[in-house]
This record gives sequence, C-alpha cells and structure tokens, in this order.
Amino acid sequence: MTVFLFVILASFLFSLLLFGMGQKVFKRMTWFASLLPISLFLYFSSFAKPIMNGEVFNFFTAWVPSMSINLDFRLDNLALLFTLLITGVGSIVFLYTTQYMKGHPKLMRFYVFLSIFMGAMLGLVTSNNIITLFIFWELTSISSFFLIGFNNTESSSRKSAIIALSITGLGGLALLAFGVLAGQLTGTYSIAEMLQSPEIFANHEYTVYLLIFIFLAAFTKSAQFPFHFWLPGAMKAPTPVSTYLHSATMVKAGIYLLLRFTPHFQNNSYFFTTLLIVGAITMLYAAFQTLFKTDLKGILAYSTIGALGIMVFLIGIGTSASITAAIVFIVVHALYKASLFLVTGTIDHQAGTRDITKLGGLRKVLMPLSIAGLIAAFSSGGFPPTVGFIGKDLIYEATLNGGLNPTVLTTMAVLTNILMVFAGLLVGVKPFTGKQPVELGRIKKPHFLLWFMPMILAALSLLFGLFPAMVESLFTHNITPLLTGEASPHLAIWHGFNLIILLSAITIAGGIALYFLWKPSHKKESSMIKFNVWSPKSLALKFADLFQRLSYFLTRTFQNGYLRRYVLIILVLLTLVFGVHVFVNPRIFLSVKEIKELNWNEIVILAMMLVSVIFTVFTKSRLSAIAGMGVLGYTMCLIFVFYGAPDLAMTQFSIDTLTVILFVLVLYRLPKYLKLSNRTNRVRDGIIATSFGTFLAFTIIEIMNETPIKSTTEYYAENAYILAKGKNVVNVILVDFRGFDTMIEISVLAISAIGVFALLKLHLKKHEK
Amino acid sequence: MKSLILKTVSKTLLPLLILFSVFVLLRGHYLPGGGFVGGLIAAVAFILHAFANGLPETKKLLRIHPGFLIPIGLTIAILSALAPIILTGDPLMTGLWQEQDVPVLGKIGSALFFDMGVYFVVVGVCLTIIFTISESV
Repeated sequence: MTVFLFVILASFLFSLLLFGMGQKVFKRMTWFASLLPISLFLYFSSFAKPIMNGEVFNFFTAWVPSMSINLDFRLDNLALLFTLLITGVGSIVFLYTTQYMKGHPKLMRFYVFLSIFMGAMLGLVTSNNIITLFIFWELTSISSFFLIGFNNTESSSRKSAIIALSITGLGGLALLAFGVLAGQLTGTYSIAEMLQSPEIFANHEYTVYLLIFIFLAAFTKSAQFPFHFWLPGAMKAPTPVSTYLHSATMVKAGIYLLLRFTPHFQNNSYFFTTLLIVGAITMLYAAFQTLFKTDLKGILAYSTIGALGIMVFLIGIGTSASITAAIVFIVVHALYKASLFLVTGTIDHQAGTRDITKLGGLRKVLMPLSIAGLIAAFSSGGFPPTVGFIGKDLIYEATLNGGLNPTVLTTMAVLTNILMVFAGLLVGVKPFTGKQPVELGRIKKPHFLLWFMPMILAALSLLFGLFPAMVESLFTHNITPLLTGEASPHLAIWHGFNLIILLSAITIAGGIALYFLWKPSHKKESSMIKFNVWSPKSLALKFADLFQRLSYFLTRTFQNGYLRRYVLIILVLLTLVFGVHVFVNPRIFLSVKEIKELNWNEIVILAMMLVSVIFTVFTKSRLSAIAGMGVLGYTMCLIFVFYGAPDLAMTQFSIDTLTVILFVLVLYRLPKYLKLSNRTNRVRDGIIATSFGTFLAFTIIEIMNETPIKSTTEYYAENAYILAKGKNVVNVILVDFRGFDTMIEISVLAISAIGVFALLKLHLKKHEK
Repeated sequence: MKSLILKTVSKTLLPLLILFSVFVLLRGHYLPGGGFVGGLIAAVAFILHAFANGLPETKKLLRIHPGFLIPIGLTIAILSALAPIILTGDPLMTGLWQEQDVPVLGKIGSALFFDMGVYFVVVGVCLTIIFTISESV
C-alpha cells in the first residue's frame, strides 16, 4: 500500500533529486533520468498478469478524511493500460531526449518538468478519488504549461503556453465543479462507489450540470472542437514534449475521464449523443485541416486532434464494440503517432527544417529512420499487417453495428480515415522519397538513439498487428465492465471477406490517391488564413483581449495607488450600504432614560473625544493632528476599560502609542502644510466623513437593540476552562479555539515587516529602477 | 531627543517594562494579557529607549537585528502547533497540558509556547518596521 503511494510520488521526488544534482552534474549523466520511467514501467508491468485475470488493486491512505479527500488509488485494466502507455512512451521519450536535446543548457530543468508531468499523469489515471484526480489533472496542465513555454525567450512559445494553460485550466475548474457536484449528490468522492447511485448520472435535476462540467473538462483537455486550438499552438514545445504530452498521453486524459465515467453515464443518452456529435465534428474538421498544413508538426497536431475526435466519436456510439475500438485505438494511436513525432524530431534535428515542401529524398542518409517512418505511416493509415489495420477494422465494425444511423456514421469515419492515411503518408513517407532538394545540403547521420527509439515504437505497431491476441489479453479483455452486459469483440487481423474489409480497402486506396494528387503548398496554407477571423481561436483571443482591457480599466480606477482614493472608495461604499439600510428599514430606538444615566466620567471622556476631534480637523500642523488622533485613541481605550474589556484596552493602548510614534517618525522631517487641499475637496471629504460616522452610529444603535445571539459567547465562556484550561476567554480564543487564525495572522505580520524592510532598504542604483 | 531625564529614566524603565511585558504574556491564559499585548509592550519599551538614547544605542543593546525575532517566533509557534502531532498523535494544534500546576504560572501547555511565538513575532515586526522607517527618513 505504502509502496504504491511511493511509486506515485516517486516522479515528484525524482524531480527534486534532479534539481539537487544541478545542471552541471546532470549534463554528464543524462541517461540517469531515464531510469525513472523504465523502472516504473517494469513495476506496472508486474501487475499485468493478475489484472488480465480480472483482479483490481486498491490502495487507500487517508489524507483529509474529514473532507473525503483521500489518497485512494485503484489499478484496473483501464488504469493499467494508461500507466503502461505513460511509462512506456515515457521511457522512449526520456532516452530520445538525451540525444535530441544534447548540450542544451537547461536540460536538467527539462527533465524536472518531464518527471513532474509523468508523476501527475500516473496519479491522474490511478486516482479513485475525484478530488485527487482533479489535483493531478491540474498538475498535468501546469507541467504542460512549463514544457510548452520551455523556450521561454521566444514570445510565441510563451503565448502558446498561456493559451494552453488557460484552456486546460478552464477545463480543470469544470472538473472540480463536476467532482464536487457528483460527490455531493452521491455522497461519496470515490469514483468506484459513485457507481452505486446510477440515478444521479442518468436522470436527476442536476444531471445536466454534471454533463456540462464533465464535457467541458474532457473537451478542453482532449482538444475537441471548439477548444482544439491550443494543441497546434502547443507544438511550439520541443518535439519530445509534443510526442509525449500532446499526442501520446496528456491529451488522452480527457478520453480517460470519459471512459472512466462511461459506466456511470451508461443509461444517459445525452452523454453518448453529445460525444458522438462533438467527436464527429472534431475528427472531420481536424482531418480536413491536415490538407492545408506544410509544417510536419502542424500536420501531426491536426491529425492528433482528428484521432482524439475519433476516440470521442467511438465512445459516443456507446456500444461495447465501439468502446473496445476506442481503447484499441488509444494504443494504436499512441504507438504510431509517437513514432511519427520522433521521426519528425530527428528529421528536424538533422535537416534543420520541418517544412514538408522543402523535404525529400532523405532515405539515403536516414535509412533506418525511413523504415520506422514507413511502418508508422502504414499503421496510421491502417495498412495490414500493422496494428492500425485492426484498429480501423474495429472502428468500422463499431460504426456499422451501432448508433442511430450506421450509413452516416460509417461515411464520416471513412472520410476521416482517408485523410488520416494521407496525413500519415505525408509525414512518414514523403520526406524520405523523391529527390533530395539541393537547399538541404549535406545531412549528417543521426545518433543511434535518434532512429532507434521511433523504430521501437514502429516495431511494436507491427508486432501487435501480427499478434493481435497480445493487445486483447492485455487491454481489452476485461474492459467490458465499462458497459455492463455486453461482450467485447475478438481482435483478429483477418475476419474473412466482408463489408469491413471493403471499407478498409476503400480507405487505403482513397488515402493513397489523395497523397499522389494533392500536394501541400504554402499557397494552399495561406488560402485558409482568411477563414481565421471566425476560428474559435481568434474569437477566444478577442475575448481574452477584452477581458484584459476591462481588468486594466478596473485596476486603474480602483487601485490607483493613492491612499486617499482607497479610503474614499471604501467609505463611500460603506456609507451607501449603511445609508440604504437605515432608510429602508429604520429601527432605531434610543431610550432617554439610558441617556440620563450617563456617569460623570463618561461625560468627561465624551468631551475629550469631541475636543480632540475638532482639534485634529482644524489644526494647521501635521504633528498636532497626529497628537489629536492619539488622544482620541486613548479616550477610546478608556471606554473599553469602563465597559469591561481590559484586553482590548491594553492592546488598543499599545497600538495607539506605536501608531503615533510611527506617524511622528515619518512626518517629523516633512515641512509644515505647504497648502491645504482646496475647499471643494475638503467640503466633500467632510460630508462623506460625517455621513459615514452618522450612519455607522445608527447601525450600532440598531445592533444594540437586537437581542444578541448568545450561543457562541456561551460556548466559549463555558468551555474555555474545560477544553483549554484557561480563564481568560479572549486569550483562549486567540491561542486555542482560533489558534490557526492567529498562526496565519502572525505570518501576515511577518510578511508585512519583510515588505517594509525590503521596500525601504532596497537601494536601487539608477539603472535598476 | 536630548533630555537627560528621559535618558536616565529610559535606562531604568527598559528592564522594568520588559519584565512587565513578560508578566503580561505569562498571565494571559488566566487574566487580561497575552502574547500580542506583551509583545507590543516590549516593543514600546525598546522604542522609548531608542527615543531617549538614539537608535544606534538601542541596536547595540539588542545585539541582533530585531528582524531575527520574527523567524524565531514563527518557529516556536509552528513547533507548538505541530507538537501534538509529533508527541501524542493528536491533530494539529491540540492543546497539550502538563499534569501538575507550576507555582505562580499555573499549568504549562502548548498554548503558552504558542503565545510566546506570537510575542516574539510581534516584537520583531514592530521593531523592524519602526527601526527601518526611522533609519530611512
């Protein structure tokens, strides 16, 4: 149990370790970082056997049990699939990066972020508690932000990082809302236990909100239309990041969330219909966009969005066959897309460009890489005997047998897949064939790891294709519990001649034809730019811009840095609140009898107060005004003394003394009033001050007439000695009952002292200001 | 301020006021007082001394920069809050109390140490702010 907790936290601890090593030590042993994903991969592989036999592992550690937030991890086949993907692709990416980013001055930082991301992702897919799931979800967004903006000297990188963070962060908030709502409705925060209240997810007055929130979370994370635009921007990240986060793992977190909650929503037709529609739009839109891209990573980004769309679409069909197809497709896509990304990375590394129109004929120098590219492209296109073929088979099987309108669904799937064949060939084959353009110059042979790593992934695509039983026994065997009561189809490379084979053939033929007929060019790419005005991206950016301008306006108006303005705003607002209250609901009684009972000492204090106030207002010297304020403060203390609040009196007395000293210190050296503020301002301030005082007094009189609710007071008075062994209730509240508040208050005091010290002792030289 | 009387008096008053502030701190759990007020009184004592004798004199007397009292105080307070977790396994900030009464002080518990932390933070904060400002203007 504790071992598992350690495994989840290992990546975070490991990142600290890397941090401790420092850039210099790390540079000499970059291989060291790869130990983490490899050992985690081996650890999770050890679960494969029992989980294939239907076991589920639970690891529970109480964390904040009073709020139902627990370190509750659950490893079932879906979670295992993802953990193996994360650690497996992670191992390859970690090793690949040692060469790809060799000699980068901030390589250590890169691995630190990558490790944090891996830990967060592992936590995300194994969490059984919706709140910890949310925490890990946010951690993936944050580490993704740092990785996208890794080249932080480029403004475009930073901008992409911010866009990605704001979109995925929005989804994170939605996930929190979903988690809290679902937790409150079902009475449990454990995802597995939520299954026991299916009616909440099927038909309840709040079900619609649950749907909205989960969709918002999943669609932003998994780049579904209209939130897809952050993903192409995220390609600003170094290629290993795009491989790992933005195609193989993080973007699939949304898919994971949908799959995880499919059993909960299985009786909710809105859930499936929405997924079907959004997935269909996304896959068609993104696949269509690949026609107009010339940057290899741009093509891959849109084909990734298309693939994510296919997954959502498949879940949306909502049959057991389609869910199996979605899960197999996750594996298929991770293998071929990661491979293609790494191929692209190596091409970029060796040839110095990713522009498809400038690349060609690389097979002579990069022979092994071209083989990896070819296999990956074939798997992407669904050519037999790669695993992509099986994936495509399953997709057609799902569309033909499920849903409302099989013809429409199948047509959409075929269209998307033809474009995916095209995209795969474009990235995996086009750069290697034809004649090498002269501009490319001499290309050096890459380091062994730079072609071997994509090769491993491509080889796996082939291996799983030849032996589909491996995928089945590993991943889809026990996945059926996602939808109760239906058996999952068996995976095989050959089902005999049928409609599905025909569709596959059409897809491949269509894709190849498109590849030879359609040549991507910059002219075509720029022809699409005029539509950008209406793209979700530019709309979102316009909204962000508007929001920013509104914030500037508000800040300039309310936070202009003049203390007098702040005081004015606060007083005017409070005056309005009190004033409206007094006028709307006047309940002020003053009994004359009580006034008559004034003591002589009270009368003296009141007189002193009045005199000091008048003196303060009309004096012409700063110091005497402060002295007047001091006298006023002391007379207040006297009132506290007479009315039995000695603690308050003592504190107020010391504070007043200190305040006066402070004012004197600051103002002592200033010249006398050079000029008073003008007459209008003084009249205005006078009116505001007087009305504020008057309404405050009215409100206090009203409060005095209310019968106070004594329960809190009585509780403290009764329990101060019993629970906290103190007789001074005020102090007991400060150090015991509300001790945590005091703790934070003294921290704030400390911060303010440091602030004053730093501001005044900071002797900046002129050029630093 | 060059007043001989104030100078002389402040030197006698300083130990007395600090003693009084400690007294206020310790009685806080049973009678009016506590770490916050105690800390303020101690701060006032030092400031009075600084007014009469000049800031350099007071700083010499303090030996360390008053700012150092802040982390000391915060540490004491945090330790007293963590003590129940470490010592008895109770939740954060559970009051721990000695069995027997100590003469004069009464029962000693984690709350007293917490209050001492508050005392040090308040002295540190007040003196840091006021010293810094009076040095800078």
